[in-house]
Amino acid sequence: MRLAYADGHMNADMGEASDVVGCPVCDAVYRLRPELSQRATRCPRCGYRITFGKTAALAWLVSLSATNVALLAMVVFLPFLELRAGQFDNAASVIDVVLGFSSGIMVPLALAVLAFILLLPLSRFLLLLYALGPIALGRRNFPNAARALRYAFVLKPWAMAEIFMVGVAVALVKLADLATIAIGPAFWIFALIVILNAYQDTLMCRHTLWTALTCNE
Amino acid sequence: MQRVITARDSGRVVCRTCSLVAPENQVRCARCKERLKSRDMQSLQKVWAWLIVGLIAYIPANTYPMLLTTQGFRTEESTIIGGVIDLFDHGAYSVAAIVFVASIVIPVGKFVVIGYLAILTARRHRTDPHRLLYLHEVVEFIGRWSMIDVFVVAILTALVQFDVLATINPGIAAVCFALSVVFTMLAAQSFDSRQIWDRLEDGANHG
Repeated sequence: MRLAYADGHMNADMGEASDVVGCPVCDAVYRLRPELSQRATRCPRCGYRITFGKTAALAWLVSLSATNVALLAMVVFLPFLELRAGQFDNAASVIDVVLGFSSGIMVPLALAVLAFILLLPLSRFLLLLYALGPIALGRRNFPNAARALRYAFVLKPWAMAEIFMVGVAVALVKLADLATIAIGPAFWIFALIVILNAYQDTLMCRHTLWTALTCNE
Repeated sequence: MQRVITARDSGRVVCRTCSLVAPENQVRCARCKERLKSRDMQSLQKVWAWLIVGLIAYIPANTYPMLLTTQGFRTEESTIIGGVIDLFDHGAYSVAAIVFVASIVIPVGKFVVIGYLAILTARRHRTDPHRLLYLHEVVEFIGRWSMIDVFVVAILTALVQFDVLATINPGIAAVCFALSVVFTMLAAQSFDSRQIWDRLEDGANHG
């Protein structure tokens, strides 16, 4: 059987070589030459991005994860927003935002919000550190590193820090004529996390990461 | 364009997490331990189930109040649409538009698009698969953004607690709305994109 190369060339044989990859979106199978995986490639049939074409991104990915964990830890304890109306004064941290729902039937919602804006982003960074940290440090993989990396991908759509920031912006406009709002340090740190997170996602090339993980075993 | 060989044609399975290719009858991926399935035969059933629960949760999310605002001793209840109208009256047009898009346009659009994809891929079709794939990608990407409204309610609740002067409390619609978003996200994720290509009739546009 003849297998196509991802760059459109044909290949005569098809062994179970390690450069055979499949497209998770449309099920097409083809070979990915090592030098091709250093560049940005798309699935020839459906256009799914197979490789992002960023080498040496792994160290960046690991250090960004570590930075994000540290920043998230700071966010939890610092004031997020402060509201003043006359002599009334109310400061809220991100934890207070979550606790706003914590009565009766709203408790599950409080837990969900806590997970979406803090726990899931945090676990994602920790999973990435666990799976890829040893590679960046030149050591052997931790046990179950592959599982950790898989869960990091599974969690991605459920970590909603950036959506939370848009929610904050909308809330600020709603409150603008009711009271004066002071923006706390946690707000800026959280905004920074969102930006770093977006940059980190552009480095999350599945092919590169999985190849690196397998080669490090 | 040349003919593409699929994993199923050659008796193999592609891992959807790490794109490693494995023999057809292998249960778990050797690299990432993901459960392997050449085609998810229950995928459409799952899609419809999650979509319908999502739709059911979306009804109370719109009819019950999202926010309970107490000023003095008067409590005002506002629904999603009510909140949008309030923002519009205050002249905050862009924010009103964001809330309207996030909590009305995106959820309703999602119901329609996921339903369209599920109906179309259940039978043989000649529609351009790239277009369908694009729709699916958009639905998966955009679905999470509906959560904006829930977060707004959470922030308002946390900030506005001034006893007599003013308090804001979440209404039951916040729970329903969050559930609706989660269910439709699950519906989009259960969709097996490979079936778009499987049921493409010969002679159709392969792009």
